[in-house]
Amino acid sequence: MTSSDQALAHAASSADAAPGSSPGAARGAHGRGTPPEPDSWRRRLYRWDMKASPYAFISPFFLIFGAFSLVPLLYTAWYSLHDVQLSSLDHQTWAGLDNYKNLFASEFFWNALKNTFTIGVISTVPQLLAAIGLAHLLNYRLRGSTVWRVVMLTPYATSVAAATLVFTLLYSWDGGMVNWLLHFVGVHPINWRESDWGSQFAVSSIVIWRWTGYNALIYLAAMQAIPVDLYESAALDGANRWQQFRHVTIPQLRPTILFTVVVSTIGATQLFGEPLLFGGISGSKGGSEHQFQTLGLYMYDQGWIIGNLGKASAIAWSMFLILLIIAAINMLLTRRLRKSQ
Amino acid sequence: MTTSEVTDRVPLPQTRPAPERRTRRVMGAGKQMHAGPVTYIVLTVFALVSLAPLVWTAIAASRTDRRLAQTPPPLWFGGNLFKNLQAAWDQAGLGTAMFNSVLVACTITASTVVFSTLAGFAFAKLRFKFSNALLLLTIGTMMIPPQLAVVPLYLWMSKLGWSNQLQTVILPTLVTAFGTFFMRQYLVQALPTELIEAARVDGASSLRVVWHVVFPAARPAMAVLGLLTFVFAWNDFLWPIIALNQQNPTVQVALNSLGTGYVPDQAVIMAGALLGTLPLLIAFLLFGKQIVGGIMQGAVKG
Repeated sequence: MTSSDQALAHAASSADAAPGSSPGAARGAHGRGTPPEPDSWRRRLYRWDMKASPYAFISPFFLIFGAFSLVPLLYTAWYSLHDVQLSSLDHQTWAGLDNYKNLFASEFFWNALKNTFTIGVISTVPQLLAAIGLAHLLNYRLRGSTVWRVVMLTPYATSVAAATLVFTLLYSWDGGMVNWLLHFVGVHPINWRESDWGSQFAVSSIVIWRWTGYNALIYLAAMQAIPVDLYESAALDGANRWQQFRHVTIPQLRPTILFTVVVSTIGATQLFGEPLLFGGISGSKGGSEHQFQTLGLYMYDQGWIIGNLGKASAIAWSMFLILLIIAAINMLLTRRLRKSQ
Repeated sequence: MTTSEVTDRVPLPQTRPAPERRTRRVMGAGKQMHAGPVTYIVLTVFALVSLAPLVWTAIAASRTDRRLAQTPPPLWFGGNLFKNLQAAWDQAGLGTAMFNSVLVACTITASTVVFSTLAGFAFAKLRFKFSNALLLLTIGTMMIPPQLAVVPLYLWMSKLGWSNQLQTVILPTLVTAFGTFFMRQYLVQALPTELIEAARVDGASSLRVVWHVVFPAARPAMAVLGLLTFVFAWNDFLWPIIALNQQNPTVQVALNSLGTGYVPDQAVIMAGALLGTLPLLIAFLLFGKQIVGGIMQGAVKG
């Protein structure tokens, strides 16, 4: 190890040999003295290799991205302007903006948009608040700190499908664990699947359960990167633990909080698996009254249950536009925050 | 002149990542403070909430359908676990599903790790035209929801006669933007530029540099990315349930069928959920520390 390190250092320091030497000539300690063949095919190959290799290395990603994301994204826009039915995939007739008109006139679209927003808020806000608190606790000097962290992350290992199946049973109306526990504090059984807010709360709780630990780890990482002298000087100024948390930790976490808000918002906009499986047989409708049908679910229902792929494409693009608007708002807010500092 | 000569001259770099040292030095927030009993109590509550649904899955999977409909719900294990697991394995097609999921997740993981490392290396250490713009584009693509692609993909796959075949769920995720960015962030500081230059001076071709310098330096991050990708691939839901059906399912597709009434027995459904989660739980048991480290590492730099 050390000797080859020295060899490397030597090779690097003898810079005169470096730029001009052909690949073959510099190989092996004895070869160093041999003059490089001028403009050999090897040298040309070497130069070509230097130029082309970066593109070769990134090309798999861009090929896959192009073929399976970018081109489909554009085609989705194209199909959203067509009448495309699942039953006759080969017949696509131009429909102009009909799908969009149809969509914006549908109460189910607005219902889904509203549900996506509500469920998004009641799943994201408590989740991130709990995650900050949990991260703060995990940041203390703990016995078995790794074990605690792994335990908090185990819900993340559970798939959406498995977690939702379990929670659906926990929330079942008769014989469900949640209602049984609630009866101890005098609450009457709640029909978690049929009620408006009950079903939305139940769906949100699955999201919260799966992602709180993950977000806590992200906050924890950011907390550990806060310079310790900030706390020392705060303590010198007489700040107690809560004040330190409030005036040192939270401001220092601001970029990370923004990052998790963005990621959670993207996730919430696409929310799909949890409401689908929570609804059981009528899952794609989001419950008997569409009470927990999200945009993602509405798209799946229109596209693959009802079979109107053109309309499903229009829903997908509406989702995308909503995300772009959120991103723009977010950028404006960030810029304003930065200016105010 | 042989490969081994080059290997000898380009030593394996120190694979210990730099960030660990840095974290220890700044050691922020409450790290210096010992946790009090209240902290342990609250953490225990969090831990119980995290684990209880999983433990209860196993309890429910060991009971009968009829017992699960009664109040109070069972709080301890019954004797039907193996019967229910057997039923889930046979009736719900979880046997096929497990095999398919292992195949899909392993292929996606291997390919994502290799291609992400290549692209991440290029973005981290090589100079080329438009590299910054392309990197920004890569990061930007993470914002696009999968819903934007599924309609055309579905149409194309049916035209190719590929519906219900595993390549439909493997191909779109062979390499991810997340993986590329993750490896880029790691290699920027873990791979000394001098090491690449030294190998270049020795006349190593780009592929040799990748094989003998980049891969060894990237190994810890590749392992973490592999674990994260496996979790992601195993749990991927939207596209698989559109592209596949119960005839040739992945685990998530089989669980979806279970949830929509394919098998009406709740205890069997819970056994299915348990089986489908077990591989990842075992992975967490074995590599939990690395997965936690990977998520935290990605966070600081991301």
